[in-house]
Amino acid sequence: MKDMIQDTDVLLSVRGLSKFYGARIGCAEVSFDLFPGEVMGIVGESGSGKSTLLNCMAGHLTPDRGEVFFAGRDGGLRDTLRMSEPERRMLGRTDWAFVHQHARDGLRMNVSAGGNVGERLMAVGARHYGAIRDSAVDWLGRVEIAEDRIDDRPTAFSGGMQQRLQIARNLITGPRLVFMDEPTGGLDVSVQARLLDLLRGLVREMGLSAVIVTHDLAVVRLLADRLMVMKDGHVVESGLTDQVLDDPQHGYTQLLVSSVLQV
Amino acid sequence: MIELRDVSKQFVLHNQGSAVIPVLQGAALQVSPGECVALTGNSGAGKSTLMRMVYGNYLADRGAIVVDGVDLATAAPRDILALRRQSLGYVSQFLRVVPRVPTLEVVAEPLLMLRVEREAAMVRAEQLLGLLNIPERLWSLSPTTFSGGEQQRVNIARGFAYNYPALLLDEPTASLDPVNRAVVLSLIEEAKARGAAILGIFHDAEARARVCDRSIDVSDFTPKAA
Repeated sequence: MKDMIQDTDVLLSVRGLSKFYGARIGCAEVSFDLFPGEVMGIVGESGSGKSTLLNCMAGHLTPDRGEVFFAGRDGGLRDTLRMSEPERRMLGRTDWAFVHQHARDGLRMNVSAGGNVGERLMAVGARHYGAIRDSAVDWLGRVEIAEDRIDDRPTAFSGGMQQRLQIARNLITGPRLVFMDEPTGGLDVSVQARLLDLLRGLVREMGLSAVIVTHDLAVVRLLADRLMVMKDGHVVESGLTDQVLDDPQHGYTQLLVSSVLQV
Repeated sequence: MIELRDVSKQFVLHNQGSAVIPVLQGAALQVSPGECVALTGNSGAGKSTLMRMVYGNYLADRGAIVVDGVDLATAAPRDILALRRQSLGYVSQFLRVVPRVPTLEVVAEPLLMLRVEREAAMVRAEQLLGLLNIPERLWSLSPTTFSGGEQQRVNIARGFAYNYPALLLDEPTASLDPVNRAVVLSLIEEAKARGAAILGIFHDAEARARVCDRSIDVSDFTPKAA
């Protein structure tokens, strides 16, 4: 078989990542490799440690132990937890993106939709107003926001639109890795389906790698190539998404899968 | 192209008193390029389980499942995904689709994932949908609202869009009328003629007799009661 990805192509390598809140375990000894173009889902119930893990990886929380290596554009693996603050901020503006569960955490609510998207381009050096605006219009279109809404503030948008705007704001700079925290949480089911379809198209088109935290198994089935199941801060099972969902090995995963109501 | 050696599988139901259900033991088979092999055996004998294991959807407890040089029993997820993109197709009985995605896209997706040019992929999708008698006015709609038979045909079109060297077919002619059944059988014959190795479940005995070169009785792999 041709075209097998070599180990040297790893994009993100997480090693023994642990975070404790006093005596309580946030996440413990989590290790995995993510490859370019791969989408990894992390599922588990509230309190399982999945959001703690995501925030430790993305540099929003400082883990107590472990390493998070990321392959820079020059090819070398860098330990993102030990790089300087300006370097990490630059990474957060260029190669990394973070989609929050609540769009208001990822948007500037008193700035227009076009401004929300355009300011990310300016943060990485774009200066030509016409080009920034064209790019903003293009991205609003890609997330299905009509051009005539470009000057409206996100406060005037529905929840689903705000979330799509947050995604445009995150993807406009062409990141290579996107962290997503419950991206469809709190949205109506019909709005969720539209967002999922959109995310799936963007991930494939742009060849994005992503780590998606969710408690919704249907979301990972549609979006994730691989799955990690967390319980009490530990990864109890991982593998190919459809395999973990259709032939779960761990008792907790079996319980999660069998608890989903059939419609 | 497809080879199983000493494959065993049991299900352990941790939440139901850790019940252990042995399904397969010592399963072995081989499918060569250009050959179509039928899995037979009573309902519950493990035909679908075996098929899912060959696709990497179910784990094997022991043994080797080698498709195009990749052992699915030990391969990393990304290698299984690459194998599924490039070498191993699977036509299941049920279509699982994303809401809102048009039928043409659903059928063309395997080609698009391989970076086949969009126009060529669409032409191939149109050709297959036409061949399988899906009315053209439905092509731009999502198949979620289609009838069972239509969904099955969309699923088949998707499975045959790309010329996989290895193909798994789960009841490909079930719920089809005679005209479409004949179309599917000729698609299978064409795939064989171009050298595809096919493993299938066919309850339709006549279809099996027409396209399959031999049968393997999965009951032979049923674990003997201790």
